[in-house]
Amino acid sequence: MDTAFIIETIIKIVVILLVFSALAGFGTYFERKVLAFMQRRLGPMHVGPYGLLQIAADGVKLFTKEDIVPAGVVGPIFKIAPVITAATAFMAAAAIPFLPEFTLFGYTVHPIVADINVGILYILGVMAIGLYGPLLGGMASNNKYSLISAARGAAVFISYEVVTGLSLLAPMMMVGSLSLIDFNNYQAGGIGEWIIWSQPVAFILFWIAAFAETGRTPFHLIANDHEIIDGFGTEYSGMRWGLFFIGEYANMFFISFVMAIIFLGGFGDGTVLGAFALLGKVAFFFFFFLWTRAAWPDVRPDQLMWLCWKVLMPIAVLNIVITGIVMMF
Amino acid sequence: MKDDLLEIQPLLDKFETTLLLRMMGDTPLVSVENEQLFTVVDFLKNKMDYSLLLDITAVDNLDISHPTSTRFELIYLFRHKEFSRILALKTAVADPDTGVESIVSLYEVADWLEREVWDQYGIVFQNHPTLKRILNHNEFVGHPMRKDYEITKGQYCTQTQDMMDEMKPLLDARGLEMERDELMILNLGPSHPASHGTIRTLVALDGETIRAGASEIGYLHRGFEKSCENHTYNQIIPYTDRLNYCSALMNNIAFAKTVEDMMGITLPDRGIFIRVILTELSRVIDHLVCLAAGLLDMGAQTNYWYLFNPRNNAYDFLSKLTGARLTNSYMRIGGMTHDLYEGWRADLDDVLKKVDSGIAQTLQMIQHNRIYNDRIQNVSPVSAEQAIAYGFTGPNLRASGVAYDLRFDKPYYYYDHFDFDLVVGSQGDTYDRMMVRFEEMLQSMRIITQAADEIPGGEINIADHRIVMPPKTAVYNTIEGMMNQFKLVYEGVKVPKGEYYGAFEAANGELGFYIVSDGSGTPYKVKVRAPSFVHMAAYPKIIENYQVADAIMTLGSLNIIAGEMDR
Repeated sequence: MDTAFIIETIIKIVVILLVFSALAGFGTYFERKVLAFMQRRLGPMHVGPYGLLQIAADGVKLFTKEDIVPAGVVGPIFKIAPVITAATAFMAAAAIPFLPEFTLFGYTVHPIVADINVGILYILGVMAIGLYGPLLGGMASNNKYSLISAARGAAVFISYEVVTGLSLLAPMMMVGSLSLIDFNNYQAGGIGEWIIWSQPVAFILFWIAAFAETGRTPFHLIANDHEIIDGFGTEYSGMRWGLFFIGEYANMFFISFVMAIIFLGGFGDGTVLGAFALLGKVAFFFFFFLWTRAAWPDVRPDQLMWLCWKVLMPIAVLNIVITGIVMMF
Repeated sequence: MKDDLLEIQPLLDKFETTLLLRMMGDTPLVSVENEQLFTVVDFLKNKMDYSLLLDITAVDNLDISHPTSTRFELIYLFRHKEFSRILALKTAVADPDTGVESIVSLYEVADWLEREVWDQYGIVFQNHPTLKRILNHNEFVGHPMRKDYEITKGQYCTQTQDMMDEMKPLLDARGLEMERDELMILNLGPSHPASHGTIRTLVALDGETIRAGASEIGYLHRGFEKSCENHTYNQIIPYTDRLNYCSALMNNIAFAKTVEDMMGITLPDRGIFIRVILTELSRVIDHLVCLAAGLLDMGAQTNYWYLFNPRNNAYDFLSKLTGARLTNSYMRIGGMTHDLYEGWRADLDDVLKKVDSGIAQTLQMIQHNRIYNDRIQNVSPVSAEQAIAYGFTGPNLRASGVAYDLRFDKPYYYYDHFDFDLVVGSQGDTYDRMMVRFEEMLQSMRIITQAADEIPGGEINIADHRIVMPPKTAVYNTIEGMMNQFKLVYEGVKVPKGEYYGAFEAANGELGFYIVSDGSGTPYKVKVRAPSFVHMAAYPKIIENYQVADAIMTLGSLNIIAGEMDR
C-alpha cells in the first residue's frame, strides 16, 4: 500500500463527504420545491434568488441552535445515535462507483473508494446498521413517542432487510458477483442488456423496499409527525437532529445509485454520456421519492408488516426459484 | 301545537305528578317530580321513543325576584326518534348535595352532560360512575355557573391530574393489568400535532393497539356561558364566533335565529336568503377544514392544499363582505350589519367554482386509492343505535345511516323549498364520516346556487327600532335616532321573559341554544348544546381496539372543534 493510494483514498472520502452533505442539503431544497409545485404553491422564495440560499439559512440555524439534552435521557447513547445514522449512510457510499473511471492530468481516477468483491453485501450490511440510529435514539430519549418510533423502526427495518436481500439474490445469481462494478459491466452492452428486463419483479420489490429502508412516504412511519410527533427525532435539537436528516437524504441518494447501477445499467460503457446517464437515472429515482410523497398517503404500521411478510417476501422467494430454474436449463 | 300536546298525553296520563308547564315555541315543557325523574325518563325512552338525549342543564334561580321553585332546576331536552319533535323536562332540585338520580344507565351521552352540570352548578347525580369536573380544572373550588360565583374570580391550575382514577376502572372492567399485560400509558395530547386543538386523551397501549382510553377536555374553556349572563344579546354575537371557529358565521346565525324565534320575529326574505347562503358557505368551509386536516394527518399532503386553497378564496369573499376572515360577527339580532356588496355574485361564483374543482381533484387523488381506503374503512365504526345512544348529530350521525338533518326534519329558512339531497352513509366508520362530508359540500353548493339565483330584493333587517340599530345619519342628526341608539347599546335588545330552545343544523351537528330570559336586555342563562362536546365523549370509547394511527384519523373525522367543545 503506497502513499499515493492512501492520499487518493482520503481525497475521495473527503470529496464524497462534502458532495453528499451538500447534496443532502440541496435535497431538502429540491423536496420543498418539487412538493410546492405539485401542490400549487411556491415553496421557499425569500432567502436568495428562488429561495436558493434557504439551505444556507437552515444550516446556520441548525449549527447555532442550542443542543438540548433533556433530563432523564441516557446521555452517551442519546448523543451517539444521530452520528450512527449519518455515519452508516456515508460508509455505505464506500462501495458505490459514482462515475466511470476517468483520466485527470494523465492519472486514472477510480471514483469508488473501495472496489471490494462483496460490495453489495457490504452496502446492505452497513445500511442495516443504520437501524441503530433511530432505535437507540428512540430508546434513549425518555419519551414514549420516541419509544414507539424505535419499535416501529426495528420492525420495519428488519422486515424489509429480508425483502431487499432476497430481491437482490436473483440478479446476483445472474451476474455471479457481488461487486457493483461487475454489475455495471454485465450490462455494458446497452439498454437491451439491463437487468430490469430480465428481473422486473426483483426491481419492483427492491424499489418498494427502498421506500421502507429510507422511511419515505407511503412508508413514512418511523418519524411520522402526525401520529408519533416525529418519533425518534422528538427530543433532538440543533445539529444532532440535522445529522438524522443528512443521514436520511444521503441514504436516499445512495440507494438511488444502487438501484440505477444494479437494475438500470449504471454508467454503461463508461463514456461521458454514460456518466451523465447514471446521474440522470439517480435524479429520476430521487425525484420519484418526492413525487410519491406528493401523491400518496401513509400506510399503517401493521399494513406495512402485512405487505412485507405476506406479499413481498413470498414473491421474492418465488422469483429466486424461477430464476434458478431458468438458469439451470 | 295541538299534535305536540297529543304526543305527550301518554306521559301526563301515566304520571300524575307530571304537569305541562308551558310551550317553548312548539316544544312542550313538562315539570316532573324530583324522585320520579328516573322512571319518567325511562318511560320517555322506552315507551315514547324519545331516543336522543340532547342536553342536560340547570338554572340557578338565585337572582330571580319571585322564584316559583327551588333555587336549582334541572332541564332535560329529548328528541323523538322521528327527530322533528323535542320534549323538555324540568325538575326542581330540593338540595343540590343530594341532587337527582343519574340517567347514565339509560343514555350513554348523559355521562359527560351530567358531569358538566355538576361541575358548573354543583348538583349531584347519584349513581353516576365518575362524577368529577370536566370543563373546569381539577383544582377548581366552587361552581362557576352559580349566580353567587363572581365572574371575575378566575382560578389558576398548577397541577395536572394523572387521570388514573378514570383509567383504572376501565382497565379493571376489561380484566387488564398494567404490569401483567405489559401496557403502556400514553398521553395523546393536549399538545399533539393531530389533536386538532388542545384535547388530552389518555390511552393504555398494548403495542400500538389502544386497549382503553379516557379524555380530558376543558383546556380551551373560557366561560362562554358565564360571559353570556353578563352581556347583552348583541354583545354575545362576537363570542359565538369563537364557538366553532371553523364556521363562525353559522354560530352567529344560529344564535341570532334562536333569539329572534324567542321574540317571535322573522327576518325579511332577503335577510333569510343571505343567511342561507352564508350558512351553507360556512358549512362548506367547515367541511373543507375537517377533510383537509384529516387527510394531512394521513400524510396525504397535497390534498391539504387542494382543499385549503379554495377555503382561502372563500375567506377572501367573507373578508370582503364582513370585514373579517375568521371571526365575522356579521349577524345582529333582527338582521345583519349591512347588505351584500356590489358584485358579490361574481365573487361567490368564483369561490364555488374553485371549491368544486378542489373537491374534484382531491377525490381523484384519493377515491380509488387503495392506501386511503384501507387506512380508514372499517375503522371505528359506530352503528346507528350506538350513534344515537352517544348523542351523535350532524354528519357523524348521518354517516352511521341515520337520516336526521334538521334542514329536512324541521325545515326553517325555506330549506324545504330548495332542491338538495340528504347524505347518509352506511357503516359509520371513519371512511363514511369523511365521504359524507365530501358529498355534503356538493349539496351545500347546490343550495347556495339556488339561493343566490332566487334572492329577492328589499330590506335585510326587520323594521323595529326596539331591535335594530338606527342608521348612522339618524344617530348623528336627530335626537330620536341618538336616543334609540343609546338605549339599544346601553340596555340591549329586550327579549320577553321566558325560556326557549332553538336548534340549528350546524356543520358539526345540532347546534342548540337554550336561553332563559328575565325580560331584560341580558340573558339570564344561555346554554350551548355543542355537538363537539357530545362527539368527544364517545371518542375514547370508539377508538378502543384500534391503533394509534387509527385514533388520529377518527379524531379528525369526528371533527372535534375545541372552541365549541370547551366553550
